[in-house]
Amino acid sequence: MTDAKLSVAISATLLAGLLSVPAMAAEQEPLRLGFLTIKSGALAAGGKQMEDGLRLFLKERNNMIGGRKVELFVGDTAGQPAITKTKAQELVEKNKVHVMIGPLAAFEALAIDDYIRASEIPTIAPSAAAEDLTQRKSNPWFVRAVGTSAQANHPFGEYAARELKYKRIAIIADDFAFGHETAAGFQRSFEENGGKIVQKLWSPLNVADYGTYIGQIKPNVDAVFAAFAGGNGIKFIKQYNEFGLKGKIPLLGAMTTVDEGILKSMGDEAVGVLSAGWYSAATDNPNNKRFVAGINQDYKQDPGYYSIGAYGAALMLEEAVKAVKGKFEDKAAFMAALRKVSVPTDPRGNINLDALGNPVMDVYIRKVERVNGKLVNKVIKTYPAVTQFWTYSRKDFLASPVYSRDYPPATNLEK
Amino acid sequence: MNFWLIQSLNSLALGGVLFTLAAGFSLIFGLMRVANLSHGAYFMLGAYVGLSVLDQGWGFGWAIIAAGVTVAVFGAVVERLVLRRLAGNSLAQVLATLGIAFIIADGSLWIWGGDPRSVSAPEFLSGGMELFGATFPKYRLAVVVISMLVAIGLWLLLDKTRLGVMIRASVDDMQMARAIGIPASRLFTIVFCLGAALAGIGGVIAAPILSVYPGLDADMLPLALVVVILGGLGSLAGAFIGSFLIGFIYTFGQVLVPDLAYIILFLPMVIILAARPRGLFGRISA
Repeated sequence: MTDAKLSVAISATLLAGLLSVPAMAAEQEPLRLGFLTIKSGALAAGGKQMEDGLRLFLKERNNMIGGRKVELFVGDTAGQPAITKTKAQELVEKNKVHVMIGPLAAFEALAIDDYIRASEIPTIAPSAAAEDLTQRKSNPWFVRAVGTSAQANHPFGEYAARELKYKRIAIIADDFAFGHETAAGFQRSFEENGGKIVQKLWSPLNVADYGTYIGQIKPNVDAVFAAFAGGNGIKFIKQYNEFGLKGKIPLLGAMTTVDEGILKSMGDEAVGVLSAGWYSAATDNPNNKRFVAGINQDYKQDPGYYSIGAYGAALMLEEAVKAVKGKFEDKAAFMAALRKVSVPTDPRGNINLDALGNPVMDVYIRKVERVNGKLVNKVIKTYPAVTQFWTYSRKDFLASPVYSRDYPPATNLEK
Repeated sequence: MNFWLIQSLNSLALGGVLFTLAAGFSLIFGLMRVANLSHGAYFMLGAYVGLSVLDQGWGFGWAIIAAGVTVAVFGAVVERLVLRRLAGNSLAQVLATLGIAFIIADGSLWIWGGDPRSVSAPEFLSGGMELFGATFPKYRLAVVVISMLVAIGLWLLLDKTRLGVMIRASVDDMQMARAIGIPASRLFTIVFCLGAALAGIGGVIAAPILSVYPGLDADMLPLALVVVILGGLGSLAGAFIGSFLIGFIYTFGQVLVPDLAYIILFLPMVIILAARPRGLFGRISA
C-alpha cells in the first residue's frame, strides 16, 4: 500500500468514525444496572438465587426497563466486606452504572454505606435485612426490597400468643445480628401478648452440631422458635427430629429457617413447621404463579427469600423508571421517585415504601406441607400491610435501642 | 442425669468425627512435616463424593468406599505432582496445600452447586432410640462405634505391620530410617493417600450429622488443628485422645459457659501451647 493510498484509507476511517458518532448519540444510552451478588464461598447459594430472580425479570422484559435497554454488570463480592467495597467502586467508577441492586448480606451493605452516600448512587437492597439500614441509620440513596429482620416476626409473636395460645417458648437463633433481631422482634410481641420467653440459646453461626443445643431445650415449653439463616435450618430441623422432639414440642421458624431455597433439601422432618414471612412460593395470585412458573422452568426449583428479593428490587426499579418517564439520568428526581415507589404487581402482593425506604407489605403465616411430593410453605393466615414498626409508633420505636441479643431484655428466663 | 448422658454421647459422637479427620492430619504431619491445610477440603470432597454416590441410589457402604478411594487418588496426585516438587521447602508445601484447598472448594461449588445438602443416615440407623427415658439419634452411636473401629484398624496397621514399623521409624528419625533402607519416598505417598482417604471417609461419616455445604472445609480445618495441637503431632494416640477431649470440651463448654462458645476450643490449645508445646502425646515439637 502506498503512502497516498494509506492516508486515504485512514481519512476514510476517521471520517466514518466521525459520522457515526451523532448516529449513536441519537440512540439513547442503555440503563447500566450494577448487581452485587455472591458467587463463591458459603453464601453462594443465596447469591445464585438472587441472580436467578433478576435474570428472570430481565428475560420477561426482553432486557428493557421502562422503554430503556438494560446493560447488566455483575460484581461477585465473595461475601467479603472489603471486596464488596471494591466491586461497588468498580461498578460505579469503571462501568458507570446508574443504579445498583445488591449486596446480599447486611455486613456487606454496611461496608458500602458510606460509599453509597458519597457517590450518590441509587441502591436497592434485595436481601439485607439489618434493622438500622432503614431505621436509625437510614441512607437517602438506599431503599430496601425486603423487610427488616423483625418485620415478619412481630406479627408472628402475636400469632403464637393469641391464636396458637402458647404461653412458654424457648428461642434458639444464630448468634449474629440477623438472629438477634429476628428473635427480639418475636420475643417483644409474644411477651406483650401474654407469652413468656423462658429460654434463649445462641448458637454460633458456623456451629458444627446442634445436638449440644437441642439437648438443652427445656422439655416443658409449649414451642421452640428457631431463627436460622443460610443452610443452618436444614441441620437444625433434621437433628430436632432425630433427638425425638418433633411431635413433642411444636417448632416455629423464622422466614429463612424454612425458606424455599433450602426446603428442597429437607425431608418429612420439616412438615408442620410454622413460620412467618413476606413471601411464600405457594402464595395464590396470578403474579406469583407467573413468577414461580418462570423460576421453575429456568432454574428447576421454587423461588424463595433471595429470588423474590432480587425480582422485587427489579420491579421497584421498573416502577421508578416509569415514574420519571425513562429519564433516570436525573439522579435526584429518580431517587425521589424510587423512595415513593409503589409496586402493584409484585408476586408478594402490593408493595409500598415507607418514609425510610422500607417496604410495607403483607406478612404470611406459613406452614410446611407436602403437596404433590414437594415441600411448600402453605399460607394459613395473612397480616395485611405490615410495616417495619408493626403497631408501635415510629417515633418511640426509633428512640429505643436497636434490637440486639439483650434488647428488649428477656425478663422471664428460667434457670 | 439425662442431661449428662445426652451431652456425653454428643461429645463422643463429635469426638469420633474429629478423630477420622485428625488422624490423617497427624500422620501426614508426623511423617512429612507438612501441615496439610487442604485436609478440611479433603473432608468436604469426601462428603460430596459420598453424596453423589448416595444420590445414585447406592448404599452408605459404597459411599464410604467411593469417597475414600477418590480422595486417596486425589491425594496421591497432589503428593506426587505438587508436594514432591517442593520437597525440602515446608513453607512452600504448606502454601501449596492451602492453594489446593481453595481449588477444591471452588471446584466443589462448581460441580455440586452452593446449596447446602442434607444427607440421610442408612435406613436402619435413622431416627432416635430411647436411652433411659431420653431420645438419642442412633446414627450418632454408630459414629462412635465406627470411629473406634477406625482407631483400632489404624493402631493395628501402625503397631503390628511392617509398613507401620517403617512409618513409625520414619516419624521418629527420618535420616536414620533412610540410612537403613526404608523407602521413604514411597512411604510419603502411601501415608499421604492414607491420610487423605481417612479425611474423605470422615466426610461421609459426618455428613448425616453436619450436612454438606460450601464452607464445610473451612469449618473443619481449625478443629483438626486444635485436636492435633492438643494431642500432639505425629501420634495416633494423641489424635485419639485429643479428638475425644475436644469433643467433650466443645460440647460441655457450649452448654455450661455459653458466653465462651467461640473461644472454648482455643483456650485449651493456648494453655497446651504455653505449657507443653509438643502436645499431650507429641513425639515431635511443632
